[in-house]
Amino acid sequence: MGDLLAIENLKTYFDTEEGTVKAVDGVSLRVKQGQTVCIVGESGCGKSITAMSVMGLVEGPAGKVVGGRIEFDGQDLLPLSRHELRTIRGNDIAMIFQEPMSSLNPVLTIGEQMTEPLIEHLKMSRKAARARAIELIGQVGISRAEQIADSYPHELSGGMLQRIMIAIAISCGPKLLIADEPTTALDVTIQAQILDLLRQFKAESNMSILLITHDLGVVAEMADYVIVMYAGKVVEEGEVVELFANPKHPYTQGLLKSKPVINQRQNELYSIPGQVPNPLELTESCYFHDRCAHCMDICRTREPRLKNVTDESKVACWLYEEAVVHG
Amino acid sequence: MADALLEVNHLKKYFPIKAGLLNRTVGHVKAVDDISFVIRRGETFGLVGESGSGKSTVGRTVIRITEKTDGEVKFRGVDLYGLPAEDLRKMRPKMQLIFQDPYSSLNPRIRVGDAIGEALLDHGLVSKAEVRDRVLDVLASCGLSSYHIDRFPHEFSGGQRQRIGIARALVLNPDLIIADEPVSALDVSIQAQIINLFRKLQETRGLTYLFISHDLSVVEHLCSRIGVMYLGSMVETASRDELFRNPLHPYTKALLSAVPVPIPKLKRDRIVLTGDIPSPSNPPSGCKFHTRCPFAMEQCKQQVPEFRDVGGNHYVACHLV
Amino acid sequence: MSSMNAELSVNKQASPVPVKSSLWKLSVRRLLKNKLAISGLIVVVFMFALCFIGPLFSPYTDNKIHMAMMNKAPSLKHWLGTDALGRDVLTRLMQAGRISLTVGLASMLLSLFIGLLLGAIAGYYRGIVDQVIMRVADLLLTIPGLPLLFIFGALLSEWKVPTDYRMYMVMLMLSMINWPGLARMVRGQMLSLREREFMQAAVVLGLRDRRKLFNHLLPNLVPLLIVIATLNIGGAILSESVLSFFGLGVMPPTATWGNMIDAANNMIDFQERPWLWVPPGLSIFATVIAINLFGDGLRDVLDPKQKR
Repeated sequence: MGDLLAIENLKTYFDTEEGTVKAVDGVSLRVKQGQTVCIVGESGCGKSITAMSVMGLVEGPAGKVVGGRIEFDGQDLLPLSRHELRTIRGNDIAMIFQEPMSSLNPVLTIGEQMTEPLIEHLKMSRKAARARAIELIGQVGISRAEQIADSYPHELSGGMLQRIMIAIAISCGPKLLIADEPTTALDVTIQAQILDLLRQFKAESNMSILLITHDLGVVAEMADYVIVMYAGKVVEEGEVVELFANPKHPYTQGLLKSKPVINQRQNELYSIPGQVPNPLELTESCYFHDRCAHCMDICRTREPRLKNVTDESKVACWLYEEAVVHG
Repeated sequence: MADALLEVNHLKKYFPIKAGLLNRTVGHVKAVDDISFVIRRGETFGLVGESGSGKSTVGRTVIRITEKTDGEVKFRGVDLYGLPAEDLRKMRPKMQLIFQDPYSSLNPRIRVGDAIGEALLDHGLVSKAEVRDRVLDVLASCGLSSYHIDRFPHEFSGGQRQRIGIARALVLNPDLIIADEPVSALDVSIQAQIINLFRKLQETRGLTYLFISHDLSVVEHLCSRIGVMYLGSMVETASRDELFRNPLHPYTKALLSAVPVPIPKLKRDRIVLTGDIPSPSNPPSGCKFHTRCPFAMEQCKQQVPEFRDVGGNHYVACHLV
Repeated sequence: MSSMNAELSVNKQASPVPVKSSLWKLSVRRLLKNKLAISGLIVVVFMFALCFIGPLFSPYTDNKIHMAMMNKAPSLKHWLGTDALGRDVLTRLMQAGRISLTVGLASMLLSLFIGLLLGAIAGYYRGIVDQVIMRVADLLLTIPGLPLLFIFGALLSEWKVPTDYRMYMVMLMLSMINWPGLARMVRGQMLSLREREFMQAAVVLGLRDRRKLFNHLLPNLVPLLIVIATLNIGGAILSESVLSFFGLGVMPPTATWGNMIDAANNMIDFQERPWLWVPPGLSIFATVIAINLFGDGLRDVLDPKQKR
């Protein structure tokens, strides 16, 4: 299977008053046809910025994609004009966000907002678009579709709005759906519904999903392939079962151990000491070194590369460099 | 009960819905609708529920920063709502609240040391000379350093701010700490630090917690007894072991099965609830859960189930049980 | 990004770094980067220095009439020429500036005091006090300011208030016009601060009202007050000039920038002797623009939410 989305050495920087923040610093990843790839990491690790870079949503003048390639379906997205990008956005790549409320226009009805992309991208007639919109609302599991189409966003609950967002996202039959923390703002029972819905659509249409989340539970439920990010870099990636069973990077290990899990009681939770480094004060090193239990001298001065340790997994850690450990 | 630190009886909190030109009350949001529970000294009572269940309102009404509509709150045997304002103010150090948002709950223009120490001074609990020592003590026990004392909140990360919030409550030597979603705004690795801190403080100081959270895995980890709320009502309370081993209410079961577990490709029997949480301004008749309950019967639509003991201090409100 | 300045680790005993940066220091640092605001500040400081120190070096401060020196064009002796009574225009311009700037500053302080007091009381206690104060403020706000000032000014002339006192009356008039807007803003800010979680935390801690008001609420109001106050000085200077221009404010022989421009009312002066009215006009223009630039800069720094 070919890669639907291939990101190569992506760098997205933000200029702030105090200096340049390398929000995404040399990230590479691939999403295959029909695959669900999860980017997991804590706030500020650059996972959302990666997604926004793909969508061309990193807004200047402060933020800028300064290097790398983003290839979608064999086409490099970065040199595209706004107009060309817009055709791809919505048509072939769709995105849903954490806050469905803020991504919908409060003064337009749900129906009006749903028919818009259908008319623009699929060149449907107004009438056909409305019929399709109502059909879609039904497909995302909302009853009384007609009535919902005529209501305004503020009249619906968060869970409903996220369903509507999904309906809009899938309306043009995208090849790739980017979901940025789609269930973080929702309750667990609603989250379960939304995840089921995403899985169902994926199975039906063979689309790929790039899911961004901080919740390892959601990752385990959804992902085929997992990418762990820390301070703007990929520290580990691998096939989901392998990654959860044998996490290699100390950060991934810590993350997995520090999450309380239902029905697995511990007296004291493992916790990673310290906190995420200030992105302005980073110097060449493994960025995790001052929180790492296995920190060596080399970790403080040189940056580890992301390398294959098995066929299915890669890790960026000096512990897995034979020459360093044994030499 | 002799050792009851907090007793809540038939607590109700209705928020009026105002509408129209004359600002007339057209209805009520029944945020808390007849809730009773007891917290004994030294235990950690977890209150779980989804958004709109009223769990935060319970916390705020119990500590009286939101006024109740009806019912009774007894703290150390004293009726909180019977106290005059000045007596209530003097009582406040004994019951403290830790907020969800570590950013907005600290005044940006007050140094950390002052924020922690000011209540000590205001209540005359220690002399001016001693304040600094007390603040340094509490900073240390919350995992902060002495040089943090002269800094401003904006110089701290979310996790550290939450430690400051905990220190601010702790310095007053409270009997009861109400923690309202104290870790849900934090990242996983920081969450674990704060959860461990809560636990350590309880062991060393014998604190009593009312721990409010939507996250069952966090509650399971910390709490000895758990209450589950739905739409302003308590649907089930039981000891932790009992609740996780033998959940009786269909809502509790659904909630437990909906929590994602970080084990890939695990096949679980999941009860996926259909539909949304109904609006608390117009809750369903009978059992409030009947609109989403997979086992709803005719009886559930009409009759409110009684909240009763099914043995071993396990309370549940369901017709099926 | 400021929150990230915190120490990297809490468990690790890092060396105590003596950086104590309050929000104030951060603001000053950010303000210094705003070139427009700083140039505004420089102009304002220059005007103040010119008006308050300049006359000390002038040989023509006696305000006497020199018949021989009437209406002379600018020369080396009189840099900005002389007026119809033979007085040095530059000296008068500086003396006028003293009055105009003082009136602007003082009326701002007075209206700030009234506005803060009433606004804070209304916002903190709410209820009936709030209703009364805000309705009075609303009433004053519904009447357009300028006509009201004209009526006041006409009354002053009618009552034959001695010219020496008129300056103080003008200050009072301007503050009466300005406080309602201020009170309203202070009250709004108070109401929104009350709802902030840290104020609820103050309730939970059982802090006394006095501490809540003075240690928690007021320090958070100060940035807003500084911004409004700065922008208000400009407005007050303008209003005073308008009044004095129409002969309803401060009266000659006391000079203000407003009544100096009055010269432009005379057709011959307007056409033939621009040195009489251009300098005070430019002074008002430069001062007000500079104050507004500085005020905008302050707002960007102190009150980022109000940014455009």
